[in-house]
Amino acid sequence: MSLNVSNLTVHHGAICAISQVSIAVPTGKLAAIIGSNGAGKTTLLRTISGLKHPTEGSMMWKGEKIVGIKPEALVRRGISHVSEGKSVIPELTVRENLELGAIWRRNSKESKESIDQVVSIFPRLGERIKQRADTLSGGERQMLAIGRAIMAKPQLLLLDEPSLGLAPLVVEQIFQTIRDLTTSMNLTVLLVEQNAMGALKIADLGIVLNLGKVVAVNHAQTLIDDPAVRAAYLGY
Amino acid sequence: MHKKQSRDIFLFILGGVVLYFLSGMVDELRVYQGATIAVYVIAISSIILLTGYSGQVSLGNGALMAVGAYAAAVAHIELKLPIILCFVVAVLAAAIGGALLGAAAARLSGPYLAGTTLALAIGLPSLANQFSVLGGEQGLLFDVGFPPLSLGEEFTQYKWFFWIAGLAALISMWVVKNILGSRYGRTWRAIRGNEVAAQLCGINIARSKILAFTVSAGIAGLAGALLSMTIGTVSPSAFPLALSLSLLTGAVISGISTLGGAMIGSVVLVAIPELAEAVANRIGSSERVTTNLPGFLMYALLILTVLFVPDGPVEQHRARKAKHLALKQ
Amino acid sequence: MDLVNTFLIGITSGTIYGLMAISIVLVWRSTRIVNFGVSGMALLSTYFGYEAMTRLESFWIGLAVAMIGGAVVGALVEILLIRLLEKHKSTGPIASVAPIIATLGLASLIRATAAMIWGGQDVRILAPVSNDGFTINGTTLVFSPLKLLILVTVLVLMLILSIIFQKTNIGLSLRASAYSPEIARLSGIKVNWVRTLGWALAGAAGAVAGMFETVNGNGALSPYSIESFLLLVIGFIAAVIGGLDSLIGAVIGGLVLGLMIAFVLMYVSSGLFFIAPFIILIIVLFIRPQGLFGAKAARRA
Repeated sequence: MSLNVSNLTVHHGAICAISQVSIAVPTGKLAAIIGSNGAGKTTLLRTISGLKHPTEGSMMWKGEKIVGIKPEALVRRGISHVSEGKSVIPELTVRENLELGAIWRRNSKESKESIDQVVSIFPRLGERIKQRADTLSGGERQMLAIGRAIMAKPQLLLLDEPSLGLAPLVVEQIFQTIRDLTTSMNLTVLLVEQNAMGALKIADLGIVLNLGKVVAVNHAQTLIDDPAVRAAYLGY
Repeated sequence: MHKKQSRDIFLFILGGVVLYFLSGMVDELRVYQGATIAVYVIAISSIILLTGYSGQVSLGNGALMAVGAYAAAVAHIELKLPIILCFVVAVLAAAIGGALLGAAAARLSGPYLAGTTLALAIGLPSLANQFSVLGGEQGLLFDVGFPPLSLGEEFTQYKWFFWIAGLAALISMWVVKNILGSRYGRTWRAIRGNEVAAQLCGINIARSKILAFTVSAGIAGLAGALLSMTIGTVSPSAFPLALSLSLLTGAVISGISTLGGAMIGSVVLVAIPELAEAVANRIGSSERVTTNLPGFLMYALLILTVLFVPDGPVEQHRARKAKHLALKQ
Repeated sequence: MDLVNTFLIGITSGTIYGLMAISIVLVWRSTRIVNFGVSGMALLSTYFGYEAMTRLESFWIGLAVAMIGGAVVGALVEILLIRLLEKHKSTGPIASVAPIIATLGLASLIRATAAMIWGGQDVRILAPVSNDGFTINGTTLVFSPLKLLILVTVLVLMLILSIIFQKTNIGLSLRASAYSPEIARLSGIKVNWVRTLGWALAGAAGAVAGMFETVNGNGALSPYSIESFLLLVIGFIAAVIGGLDSLIGAVIGGLVLGLMIAFVLMYVSSGLFFIAPFIILIIVLFIRPQGLFGAKAARRA
């Protein structure tokens, strides 16, 4: 188990967002985290990446404790977080956004190679490499955000609702790309999604959160076949 | 509503009576300081209205005080109006200035507003040097005259200042309190809270902001005229940028949205030079330290307050209490 | 001839305004705060330079010391003041303007401190080259070797800073930390230290402005000499004219403002020196609130 979260409790002021959540994700697997609004999915990711401090509980990544460590330090330990919505910097160019991802490595040669790699995965970014990020479409921005996260050569990738606001065809492409990346780069991925079906279809593992608690953990396919899950989250 | 109003009137009258007795008991210096405190109370309440309630940070109130002071002096000298009318002129002139400033600045916010009003604070008083009717560098005399004989021969000039300023402070505080409690006050707070939401409620933001500037300026103008009364002259050097900054300090210390706190701020502002002198004498320091220590203390106080108690002690206390209650549930 | 002289005066003071504007823009670009304390920081740095000069008798060493001192002061201000401001962020009425009030208070605090340490008397800083105007065909211009030096130095500084910001990794970190601290942190950037660096650079720029302003005048330095707040205001206006986000804009804004003020003083009335900035600012904010090079929606900070 490369990522181990135990009894995690997180508060927003006086309100409890996550309560006693425990999850374990094996190396190289894609875990889809689904649940309705306010279930605590985003809070969970933000706590793992260090943006938020838990009230209780522990988190272990590759055998080391990561509670209380700043996000910028966690990036160096291989954790990359693509946060919801605002994950590119509009005023910077596509190239600059990508360079940001690898900036902490301070190796310009490696950085250039990584950019070439990202461009081969997302050719559209290559076409727009010199443009400002605010000229990109929603789908392209999401690609850019994921591309930037990959630049850091992460081992753990946290994705928060990458499909939000995107056209169905683009969503399919993004999901497929995420799946391919997980396999080709041997990533451990936590994919938070409202688009439960799309997420579960590409996932190995499924975790269902409701009102800050874990209500189901299973193989993704099992969850897809589960009638209760189907009724609550998959719409049929 | 009526009960509260009559209670307030009673409190103000009571305050007036207390002040009357106080003025008889203390020495001349304290009386003079009392007059200065009264002036600051009025000036600080203008900031509380503008910044604390309508959320516009303006450094120009010092300049607006100057406008009021000059208007009063000119009205006295050129138009030979009786003193009471001079003060009225001060309020009106400053209010017009405030309206103009508001019209120019209503679309600005944050650093742009601060920078613009800062520019005004530096620029406006120096204009007086340009026009001879304004007395140039030396300024104009503003002499309110001796206290009326009916008050007895023992009644000193400073006591007279104190009475005028004190009465003006009581009246203006009562007026301001009512304005802040009225629909206008609520509108300003709504704008400060969330401008877009306020607009969606049908509030005309620009008009409301300009109104805040106008009223605040009028109040500041009164304070300016009263300040000149205590000094005896009106000149550009009486209204430097430091004045606007000290008003802001006084307002922040009081709690920038609590009118009642204006007293605290004023007392602090008057107390600081005294305190500084005491400290300087205690450590037996050079002249350069003594001259600058009051400023040093005041600005240090401003920074500390903004850092640790930005909403003012009263508001901070209320907020903490509210959080406590929420957590209990 | 008057025209040429006015033009030259305007250009020279304009470069110094540009420097102040650069300092303001640097802090704005890296921390999204307007540093109204820049005049105080510049004053203190200039005193550092003065102290160095009395001991080592060289303007250039004095300038270097001033710049280093300015950088240190800037960094200290960020660490001690700004971080605390961020931590204690309130939700009350002055939440958005607390940094403004705090930095204004800081400027005055520094001025009072300088007065306590060095006194209110003038001390002198001697320029490295002469301030006598060039003579062409028998007529003496107002332009002197000193003014030329100032002009060149500012342009070089601006160039260096622009290169740092646009072409280096550290510049990218500075910009990213200003536009979106969260994304910067998630990219592994130590945002806190990057902000400190931004303030340090701004402090150094302000130091140069302070030194040059002093020698460009009559070399007299006192806590009240950098007509501090006026210079601050003018620097701010120059930054606004240029668009708060652009270093090039800051310099151009400074030059434009310097020219405008020079022409107003010469051809309208010299007494308007103090009020002219206000009027120009109002006009600029009216016509083009985002400045010459700024992006839209710059009016609301």
